[in-house]
Amino acid sequence: MTTEVSVRHRQGSFIIEADLRLEGLVTALSGPSGAGKTSLLNIIAGLVRPDEGRVVFNGEVWCDTSAGVFVPAHKRRIGYVFQEGRLFPHFNVRRNLMYGRWFRKAREGRIAPQEVIELLGIGHLLERRPGNLSGGEAQRVAIGRALISDPDLLLMDEPLASLDAARRAEILPHIEKLRDRFHLPTIYVSHMREEIERLANEIVTLDAGKVIGKI
Amino acid sequence: MTFTDAEITAILLSLRIALVATLASIPFAIAVAWLLARRDFWGKAVLNGLVHLPLVLPPVVTGYLLLITFGRRGPVGEMLEACCGVVLSFRWTGAALAAAIMAFPLTVRAIRLSMEAVDPRTEAAASTLGASGFLVFLTITLPLSIPGILAGAILGFAKALGEFGATITFVSNIPGETQTIASAIYGYTQSPGGEAGTWRLMIVSIVIAMIALLLSELCARRISRRGLDL
Repeated sequence: MTTEVSVRHRQGSFIIEADLRLEGLVTALSGPSGAGKTSLLNIIAGLVRPDEGRVVFNGEVWCDTSAGVFVPAHKRRIGYVFQEGRLFPHFNVRRNLMYGRWFRKAREGRIAPQEVIELLGIGHLLERRPGNLSGGEAQRVAIGRALISDPDLLLMDEPLASLDAARRAEILPHIEKLRDRFHLPTIYVSHMREEIERLANEIVTLDAGKVIGKI
Repeated sequence: MTFTDAEITAILLSLRIALVATLASIPFAIAVAWLLARRDFWGKAVLNGLVHLPLVLPPVVTGYLLLITFGRRGPVGEMLEACCGVVLSFRWTGAALAAAIMAFPLTVRAIRLSMEAVDPRTEAAASTLGASGFLVFLTITLPLSIPGILAGAILGFAKALGEFGATITFVSNIPGETQTIASAIYGYTQSPGGEAGTWRLMIVSIVIAMIALLLSELCARRISRRGLDL
């Protein structure tokens, strides 16, 4: 699985410039806040259209500004876990988890909802509403929702940043388990050293919109 | 308190006109509110102005514009009669059109405000899960705006019920066809000995308006307590 990103995009006061070929199972995008990590993730997701450049996933052109190609986010078959969860407040947990399945046909032998629910330990929350969940519970549901939509590429934007240290320590092993079980290519934005070292096998460091290192 | 037959006719006709005006305009109000809340396009300011025009124009001007557009000799009126046999001027359907247009800005405003309160980031999350723009609207934006849609509908209904100036200009004050509560009250005030009738219809207006307000309050409270069960 490869993700090629070669873009130039003006974002407020600075310019994001990246030319990357990501091949790891879990690639960490790291760097100080304001470095352009989330913007780059949004460009890969199709939530932001770059000023110039290309995004190619496994040979599939998702964006090519010179050829006028832009595949919208809902056709990219991605899963996106946002920093703030963004659960749907008017649906219960079960409906939130199954939301992606309304639009994408599940593929045989891939991700079974029941297994994701068990791995994340959220079976007892299914009838609850997002408003009645703790921060850690909401974030586990958000991870489950992205996975159950059966994506080809998982994007995670500091999924643990809004939680305290105890919650982070509780959820991190769940993410590891999911990685080892489903082998889903993942781009993981974080500035936390510990998360990156445990999860990633490829690390890209950004600063002020530029790539300053890749291991 | 006993009503005359003409008064009962006027009350029922008013309710029918306001109900038809509200139900028929809701889909358009939702569409316009969504455009104004979520889209940028050329001519947005013009659309916004057009929608709000009936709020600031003298109602008699709106009524007269309706008459020259939808009247039997008006361009749209003539076309409607020729193609579908629909006549609006001096008919109750015309009164419903006038009421709908006068209520439209209020309905759109309430719906637009509640749509603007829906977090666009929640909509973006839905699109990453595979929902196209229209399905995001249908499954996220629309259900989260239901309180505003209800509020807008009830506000519009109340406005439609009380509409007077544009209605009487466009469709006149014909008992049994276009005479609403408001125009019947006006008729009473213009004739000697009409005080008793004026009072009866005034009380009816106040009662209907109170019921509408209580209903909207009840809906709002129910939604905030239970959330939307979908």
